[in-house]
Amino acid sequence: MVDWIIKVEHLAKRYRLRHQASRESYVTLREAMVERCQAVFRSPRSASPAKEDFWAIKDISFEVTKGEVVGIIGRNGAGKSTLLKILSRITAPTEGRVRLRGRVASLLEVGTGFHPELTGRENIFLNGAVLGMTKAEIRRKFDEIVAFSEIEKFLDTPVKRYSSGMYVRLAFAVAAHLEPEVLIVDEVLAVGDAEFQKKCLGKMHAVATAGRTVLFVSHNLQAVSLLCSRGILLRSGSLAHIGGVKETIDLYASTFAQGTDPHEQPDRRPGSGEYRYTRANPAREYFGGAEEKSIYFKIERRGNFLGKMWLSAFVVDASGTVLLQCDSRLVGALLGDFEQIAGQFRIRSPWLKPGSYRVDLFICATGMVDVWEGACTINISPILPYSVSVSEDGVKAGLVFADFTWETNDGAAGRKANLSSSREQIVELEKIS
Amino acid sequence: MKADEELVIESGRAERQYWFDLWLYRELFQILAWRDLAVRYKQTVIGVAWALIRPLLLMFIFTLLFGRIAKLPSDGNTPYALMVFAAMLPWQFFSGALTESSNSLIQNTNLISKIYFPRLIIPAAAVITSLVDLLVSFVLMLGMMAFYNYWPDWHILFLPLFIALALAVAIGLGLWLCALNVEYRDFRYIVPFIVQVGLYVSPVGFSSSVVPEQWRLFYSLNPMVGVIDGFRWSVLRGEVQLYWPGLLFSIGLTLALCYSGIAYFRKMERTFADII
Repeated sequence: MVDWIIKVEHLAKRYRLRHQASRESYVTLREAMVERCQAVFRSPRSASPAKEDFWAIKDISFEVTKGEVVGIIGRNGAGKSTLLKILSRITAPTEGRVRLRGRVASLLEVGTGFHPELTGRENIFLNGAVLGMTKAEIRRKFDEIVAFSEIEKFLDTPVKRYSSGMYVRLAFAVAAHLEPEVLIVDEVLAVGDAEFQKKCLGKMHAVATAGRTVLFVSHNLQAVSLLCSRGILLRSGSLAHIGGVKETIDLYASTFAQGTDPHEQPDRRPGSGEYRYTRANPAREYFGGAEEKSIYFKIERRGNFLGKMWLSAFVVDASGTVLLQCDSRLVGALLGDFEQIAGQFRIRSPWLKPGSYRVDLFICATGMVDVWEGACTINISPILPYSVSVSEDGVKAGLVFADFTWETNDGAAGRKANLSSSREQIVELEKIS
Repeated sequence: MKADEELVIESGRAERQYWFDLWLYRELFQILAWRDLAVRYKQTVIGVAWALIRPLLLMFIFTLLFGRIAKLPSDGNTPYALMVFAAMLPWQFFSGALTESSNSLIQNTNLISKIYFPRLIIPAAAVITSLVDLLVSFVLMLGMMAFYNYWPDWHILFLPLFIALALAVAIGLGLWLCALNVEYRDFRYIVPFIVQVGLYVSPVGFSSSVVPEQWRLFYSLNPMVGVIDGFRWSVLRGEVQLYWPGLLFSIGLTLALCYSGIAYFRKMERTFADII
């Protein structure tokens, strides 16, 4: 008796990259014909220089047993989406094979197949059928779906008149009522308002605990650790680790901290590469929450470049949410031609909560010149920046801290909340980092 | 698929259960066809009437041009307008079906890149809307027959066969074109051209008996010739003689077109999601 439900053996997928002047993703007949003609006059062994192979995933093998909930993590371009596309039969692998036992439903996007001209009611049937439900199944769950989506009143309105929130709610409601043996989910929780996200997460949790097999891709590490029992870490197309979800997430997080990841080497990073960051480090190991956080960086020329560039940075929290986007154009900083520069990126507000934050650095022109995910980490000391300490429920909600006051007109009760690093009050926050 | 059955995804593996899969996804086929129908005339003022107005106008123009001005002969005693309209039915169906199916994959890019199903469903569902248009204009045909007091006889029983032939031509060619269209968007411009030229090189505005005898077989290289002749034969009481060699040739050509169309489509199908 074998107990796997998904077995992946030496899976690999190659894409042919086209380096052509045309920006279109498709080729025109003329190009194809010209290429064919050129091929006639070229010696058969020299490969076409216009094409380059790119292995989106290579030699991946793993097994998933029935009832497991597996989180697949890895940074952008690690091959997560390609893996899911192969597993859900949207695209064929180049090498290796996948063996599946049972009905697979994949949810790579909410609202696939929604038609704006059709009403909510009609779209429930359409979307349900697209996701692989039978008409009878949809009819049976119709009321449940409508109740979950909270759009009863607008059931007979064309969805093009829906707000984006309503649209997403309806779409997720249909998807949430799928009952396949294997469910493949890609980053669908990243939509909707916080309230609805919570509801979706709850629904996913119910699915996961009901003995269904789920493959779950997300940047939201908190959701992954909450839902999944096992984790698969992909790194530039290869399987880097498979194991318990906690250790996998820790390993993933540590690749940002240590120098073990490919982004550390400037020449292996995405971007056109005329200029590269060669160094980025925070001014201090720990910053106070309310303190100015500054990061030193160096940029070097690696090729010829004409035109203006600007710099940008993302500050990303432990759950994968981009908290801050700091584009140098907003503060009037554009760069021209130079050999090498060193500089400082300073954030004065908002106050950050205790924990560690990933900083992604970018050099941008009309396209991306350099993309350095996880360039460095900002660590915020656990000492709260407020003058009075309170129990955890006073600081739990919200993504960042604010510099604020409460004032009342009798004057006496007015109390200014401000920086006080003398108070050594450590509040345990449930944060994974 | 039952739970204990095993599905293997492998490179280059011919999906053995393809046709079975197609059967499993029949509800998706129904619902996509229904969707295409439902959205077709949304936000139009006169709606389905468009399915009537276009062939009717063309019929007037062709009757005027070929019947009155060029004074081409009709088939037997058939009123010229009726003869034109009997050809307009399959032609409108064919041109509509070809246009819809060849664009269908591109219009459903979001489905193809996010969901698995046998891709054949999409062009096939697209053809259904044209089939409904055909039924609507057939009612109009009956109205015209009442006007001329010219009623069909037993020949009409063979009409479904010719509708099937028209369907086969449209699907065969449509599959070729929609698969090519995914990779080469040139076919977006080629299809309207085929439809436009086809209207004049097919015997729509005139009877195919106008074509000199020694050219008839060559003329049947256009598979719509057999379809249109067949329509006229069955709708118009067999007043036109069926040209058997040409019809058999058309049928053979259509089968070849269908077979190769399906083969090419299935060969390209697995890469659609990557290149669309």
